[in-house]
Amino acid sequence: MAQLSYLSPSSVDDAVKALSGPSARALSGGTDLLVQVRSGRAKPDQIVDLKRIPGLIGIRSENGGFVIGSATCGAMLSEHATLSKIWPGIVEAANLIGSTQVQGRASLGGNLCNASPAADSVPALIAARAICVIAGPAGTREAAVETIVTGPGKTSLAAGEFIIAFKLPPRGPRSSDAYLRMIPRTEMDIAVAGAAVSLALDTDGVCTSAFVALSAVAPTALLVAEAGQALIGSRLEAAALTRMEEAVRGACQPISDKRGTADYRTKIAAVLAHRAAVIAWNRAKEQA
Amino acid sequence: MNKPVKPDDTGAILKVVGTRPIRPDGVEKVTGRAAYGADLHLPGMLIGKVKRSPHAHARIVSIDTRKALALPGVKAVMTSADMPDLAAEHYEAGESASNLKDLSANVMARGKVLYHGHAIAAVAATSNAIADQALDLIEIVYETLPHVIDVEEAMAEGAPILHDQMFTAGLSETPTKASNIATKHRLDRGDLAAGFASADVIVETRYSSAAVHQGYIEPHACVASFAADGQTQVWSSSQGHFVIRGLCAKLLKLRFSDVRVIPAEIGGGFGGKTTVYLEPLALVLSQKSGHPVKMVMTREEVFRATGPTSASVVTVKMGAKSDGTITAAQVDLKFQAGAFAGSPVGAAVMTSLACYDVANFEITGWDVVTNSPKVAAYRAPGAPNAALGVECAVDELAEKLGMDPMVFREKNAVRNGVRAPYGPVYKNIGYVETLEAIKSHPHMSIPLGPNQGRGIAAGFWFNIGGESTVNVSINEDGTAIVSTGSPDIGGSRASMAMMAAEVLGIGVEQVRPIVADTASIGFSTVTGGSRTTFATGMAVVQAAEKLVIDLKRRAAETWGVEIDQVVWQDGAAHCLQAEKAPKGALTLAALAGSAGKTGGPIATVVALNAQGAGPGFGVHVCDVEVDPETGHVTVLRYTAAQDVGKAIHPAYVEGQIQGGVAQGIGWALNEEYVFSTGGVMENAGFLDYRVPVASDLPMIDAIMVEVPNPAHPYGAKGVGEVPIVPPLAALAIAVRHATGVRMHDLPLSPSKIRAAIDANAR
Ligand SMILES: Cc1cc2nc3c(=O)[nH]c(=O)nc-3n(C[C@H](O)[C@H](O)[C@H](O)COP(=O)(O)OP(=O)(O)OC[C@H]3O[C@@H](n4cnc5c(N)ncnc54)[C@H](O)[C@@H]3O)c2cc1C
Repeated sequence: MAQLSYLSPSSVDDAVKALSGPSARALSGGTDLLVQVRSGRAKPDQIVDLKRIPGLIGIRSENGGFVIGSATCGAMLSEHATLSKIWPGIVEAANLIGSTQVQGRASLGGNLCNASPAADSVPALIAARAICVIAGPAGTREAAVETIVTGPGKTSLAAGEFIIAFKLPPRGPRSSDAYLRMIPRTEMDIAVAGAAVSLALDTDGVCTSAFVALSAVAPTALLVAEAGQALIGSRLEAAALTRMEEAVRGACQPISDKRGTADYRTKIAAVLAHRAAVIAWNRAKEQA
Repeated sequence: MNKPVKPDDTGAILKVVGTRPIRPDGVEKVTGRAAYGADLHLPGMLIGKVKRSPHAHARIVSIDTRKALALPGVKAVMTSADMPDLAAEHYEAGESASNLKDLSANVMARGKVLYHGHAIAAVAATSNAIADQALDLIEIVYETLPHVIDVEEAMAEGAPILHDQMFTAGLSETPTKASNIATKHRLDRGDLAAGFASADVIVETRYSSAAVHQGYIEPHACVASFAADGQTQVWSSSQGHFVIRGLCAKLLKLRFSDVRVIPAEIGGGFGGKTTVYLEPLALVLSQKSGHPVKMVMTREEVFRATGPTSASVVTVKMGAKSDGTITAAQVDLKFQAGAFAGSPVGAAVMTSLACYDVANFEITGWDVVTNSPKVAAYRAPGAPNAALGVECAVDELAEKLGMDPMVFREKNAVRNGVRAPYGPVYKNIGYVETLEAIKSHPHMSIPLGPNQGRGIAAGFWFNIGGESTVNVSINEDGTAIVSTGSPDIGGSRASMAMMAAEVLGIGVEQVRPIVADTASIGFSTVTGGSRTTFATGMAVVQAAEKLVIDLKRRAAETWGVEIDQVVWQDGAAHCLQAEKAPKGALTLAALAGSAGKTGGPIATVVALNAQGAGPGFGVHVCDVEVDPETGHVTVLRYTAAQDVGKAIHPAYVEGQIQGGVAQGIGWALNEEYVFSTGGVMENAGFLDYRVPVASDLPMIDAIMVEVPNPAHPYGAKGVGEVPIVPPLAALAIAVRHATGVRMHDLPLSPSKIRAAIDANAR
């Protein structure tokens, strides 16, 4: 029977060392990892708990933006009033994860690095143009969120690397975001498709920037540049939304599985992107 | 409102029955003290695990267990070679009958594996991890065979045959070719052709539903201990420990007296815990290893190897005159049985038209084996599938006639004196009253918005009586113990205590109800068929009444009067000749305290086979809203009326109704076994097998209609099964009215609804 050791380092360097072994795994909330260990899907020989490393849990303002520790749990995100006001889409996406109990543990870092195409917070982070701060044997580097996941269960992180924090860019006035997902139930479910939209408006309500990202419609979350482009210069008139929906459908490359057919996922992604854009636009108008 | 009186000529006022005391098992359960099947630990206990088939259908060429047995920590390995090779024999197990040969081959495959997840070997080891390793060391050579899971494909010419010796029963001529159709059932009356000829309007329609699991929260679990002298003990959670005893004894050829089964607290059964899976294996492993063995299934095993209920295809042809009178009905029911014969299609045949007074009908049922887990009973087995087809057809027919479906149902409703399609003449039924309860309910007049629809459906279940033993004893302080052999799956301990308290004239908190093991009380069949409050309750009342007679006799002796000079009231004996009883009444406590002088302990047993169960009817109305873009269904409102006879504990009756509806909503909307092309269930977990969560459901309004059953001392009928019968159809009909599209295949999952809306728009 294989041995399983548990380490809880209190420095980045110790964590990097501990994670350099062939089958060591990082642990944040454990709501994915422990489930996988129990079911036998993951068989690590060493679990490295990141939560004691300074900065891994917590939210702070820096250079006009936010820095969110990668192991910060969903409940802490929703309790942070300014973050919730400025990035309601990220917070609502993270808060969709699991139940009240799961919210006390589940983190953005874990949601991203579990590398599920259906992870809820990932499209919201991508649409927000969030940047990962990554520690590793060669020091610290930064990378856009959409570069981390390379396929179901696969990331671009090298041995010994882990995510320290997410940086959210400074946010001007009249900007906001939204995330919607489709699940057959009302909670405790996995997205059949999801869409995040982040917008900035001018004083007339015209989009000056727009990002649309999708989940569960491709092997990884997608940033659909043309969909965002379709909205720029519009006040979400029907024609712009139609072009955005077409761009969304064009980008989808889903599979048919027990959770939904490819055709359905594609249609729904456009419906959700449309609805999320309208929510984000209305929210942005409220942001003086 | 019904007055709280006994439904007999005494007109006695009821003090306990009909009230809502706190359940005696409640505190244990909510504080985590209740001991379920997996909670027992014995010294030297081993962990048993099952090796399961990776194929949906294969011949077993060889099994080599030597490496597993050689692993340190492994104490026993078993296969079907360690169990008696039984001849086909019918064994009556309460609600469902089993063929012992099939049951033996289901708990441990013999010759062939018939579904993915079929047990093929088992090990007992000193730890979970060692047991898991041992399973991997068992070497099995299979010769895979083509498989079939869909019920219609299994019936088709050229389908892979599961059992070479299965020849369809119930055909006019004896077949010579093996078939997957185990039995053809048939029920008819009148002249079908003439009935259809006299119809002004006819509908022909077809509805299908997927296999669904009972979804009890507690996985199957047991501990077995096989002593060197042949005496065995089994702790397990089930709906009937006597049936567990019977099946273990029969499957392993043991004496019944050598098998003692101790009931654990049960975490849900819904019919699915009326048979054995692990118990015989744990006994064999215990015998081979000389240690007690515990076995607990994972959720995945529960999905792959237990339950579920049948996937089904129901076709209905129904005709009516323009005034709404149904003239003829033809119903055809195809039911998936899983790997062995015995789907609930027989009950589906009998219940399908039970709400309708139809002169001419023909009902056909097909019991079909498939490469999927053997189906088990699930609340009103067979009836929901049948009601889906028939109630939707009724809605279609009413629509074609331009008639209100409620009025249409009333016009054709069965009433007292009508002969039920399945034989007996209805007496004391409350169907019309139940229809009226919905018709006049405020729910019916709530206006509907865009994309909203309302569905109405009815349902029927027989309810049964059957064998129960009850022991009531009075303690030295005048409190009482009620022991039954009926596991409590729905609040029956509370109801038993209440009925005993009512008769004895004491408070319900003075009565402690328990479920006794197979060596501590006489035979009692399963808690199933909605029988316990009726049948075991009848025995409780009779036992308490016997005690009252005994107590009156003791008081009469004390006072030196004739027994007819003693009345029993409010928990005490009162003497009609006051001068003979200068100290006044003799309370139960006083009589109990002096029992040694009046004949010894106060206790009695009643064993009976309860007759006269009253059938139950339910009428449900639900409102849904469908998001036309996503296909997502929101259940806005749900009202369920049911004739319950008499609600002994109204809160638990409401709970049964709400629970049945919740499960029916899951069945209708999202639950289904999804199989891969290789015959592997792809969603064997609660993440992708979607039972409704609390936020998916509205408050379910339960309306109790009380048309008493005179065969029961307080008028009880059964309540646990009827409420799962109408929801499938009610939801399908509501979705139809919300979207304008008739959906014919359950579940009504969002992707299917969106596809149907799109197809309709083209
Ligand atoms: C009941 C339940 C419901 C759920 N519902 C949802 C849902 O609705 N939507 C959804 O998207 N998910 C859901 N999940 C999945 C899970 O909760 C989320 O993915 C969660 O965000 C994972 O975070 P965690 O901190 O628990 O991750 P962990 O389990 O700790 O880690 C997950 C993976 O990421 C790696 N990892 C963790 N932190 C880091 C890091 N800082 N750097 C590098 N790698 C790291 C781990 O090694 C592991 O491979 C659910 C899970 C459960 C149990």
